[in-house]
Amino acid sequence: MEFLLLIISAIFVNNFVLSQFLGICPFLGVSRKTDTALGMGFAVIFVMGIASVFAWLVQKALVALNVEYLQTITFILVIAALVQLVEMVLKRFMPSLYSALGVYLPLITTNCAVLGVAILNVNTYGTETAMSLLQFFLNGIFSGMGFTLAILLLAGIREKLEYADIPKPFKGFPITLISACLMSMAFVAFSGMVG
Amino acid sequence: MNKIQINDFLKQKGSIIANGIVTNNPVFRLVLGTCPTLATTSSAINGMGMGLAATFVLVCSNVLISLLRKVIPDKIRIPAFVVIIATFVTLVQMLLQKFIPSLYESLGIFLPLIVVNCIILARAEAFASTNKVFNSALDGLGMGLGFTASLMLIGIIREFFGAGSLFYGSLAGIETGIQIEALADYSLNIFVLPAGGFLVFGLLMALINYLTDLHNKKKELKAEAKKEDALKEGRKEDLHIAFKEADLKEKNDEASIEDKAKADDAKDALKNALSDGTLNTLAGEDR
Repeated sequence: MEFLLLIISAIFVNNFVLSQFLGICPFLGVSRKTDTALGMGFAVIFVMGIASVFAWLVQKALVALNVEYLQTITFILVIAALVQLVEMVLKRFMPSLYSALGVYLPLITTNCAVLGVAILNVNTYGTETAMSLLQFFLNGIFSGMGFTLAILLLAGIREKLEYADIPKPFKGFPITLISACLMSMAFVAFSGMVG
Repeated sequence: MNKIQINDFLKQKGSIIANGIVTNNPVFRLVLGTCPTLATTSSAINGMGMGLAATFVLVCSNVLISLLRKVIPDKIRIPAFVVIIATFVTLVQMLLQKFIPSLYESLGIFLPLIVVNCIILARAEAFASTNKVFNSALDGLGMGLGFTASLMLIGIIREFFGAGSLFYGSLAGIETGIQIEALADYSLNIFVLPAGGFLVFGLLMALINYLTDLHNKKKELKAEAKKEDALKEGRKEDLHIAFKEADLKEKNDEASIEDKAKADDAKDALKNALSDGTLNTLAGEDR
């Protein structure tokens, strides 16, 4: 039951894009077509899951060494290195998955959602909602799924918008932002489902 | 230095700053750093705080990167830039936590996330790594102020409609801003919610697109009217001047296109460097 709540909370209630404003750059940038959006989404799920586990380990080390203030620097370096590592390992051992994720893997270093999930998870340390390693991992995976859901929905809307007669000043980013606004309004309905 | 030289000097430096605030406004023109733009603008004070924090990081990292531009090897420059930026972000975090804890609390996770704010890395790559220290500092200041102004504008609109107040809150223990009692009863909660962020940002960008189009059209009409007038009256000299002006304008247009191409190139180069040529797909979209 607890895990079910975690899943619903991560995907719908605290949707990374639509209610926490994390990962807006790829959300607006790579949402022209549904298949590219899907590729980006899967790459994010993949890296977020792994990055969450590493963030947990790194934070343990930082606390043990009593240098928590280095959190920002170490996390960004660990994520950058991790993305490179994942890319190399996939290329060597799982070429099919590598070609499926393709160009979206390296894009993720600059995706604030990955650094965001790491910091958000770690900040629960020492509070009542402190998470275990498994919860960290699941939270990362399902937050990534929330991102995928949002970017996929927006891509679907944008594909249809191509054929719509939009006033000239609204073309491009503005109409996309307004579509995102309506989506975000719809997702407000989920708040209150998880206390 | 005589007067003309000083004037030229000021003009040149001023144009570097103006470039960041107006011509290449990072939020509305380049559409960089959208996450903090949307997330921290539920009130004007938060937007301003975020903008100033980013400005500080931008100026400091631009200066340091410009100083080290001949020392940093080309191949590892992006990781080096990231470490420099992360250092200043940590500094800002510590300073805010100590001196303005209320702002530190309300900016929350978006303070450490300044590290992945594309504006800062983009300026480091496109400007600071090839320009002199003083110019880099000015560029950082201009871009930072452009970012701050945009965030404040969105913040003011969202706070006014969403909470019926202006700059309301407390900074380092001092009460700021006003609460408009008459408006507070009719506040539209949607503006403070995430949906309002998307809405205000989208509408403002559409408005700016519209005004830019209008401005360009007016300019063209004016130039054409002048040409026609001159033709009608048959005054050769005026005609000559009018044609010269039109020519100059064309040249300017070309130059601005070239500038844009250069900026695009720089952006592409950054993205290439970040991800071995794969980020181009991102740059290619929406361009």
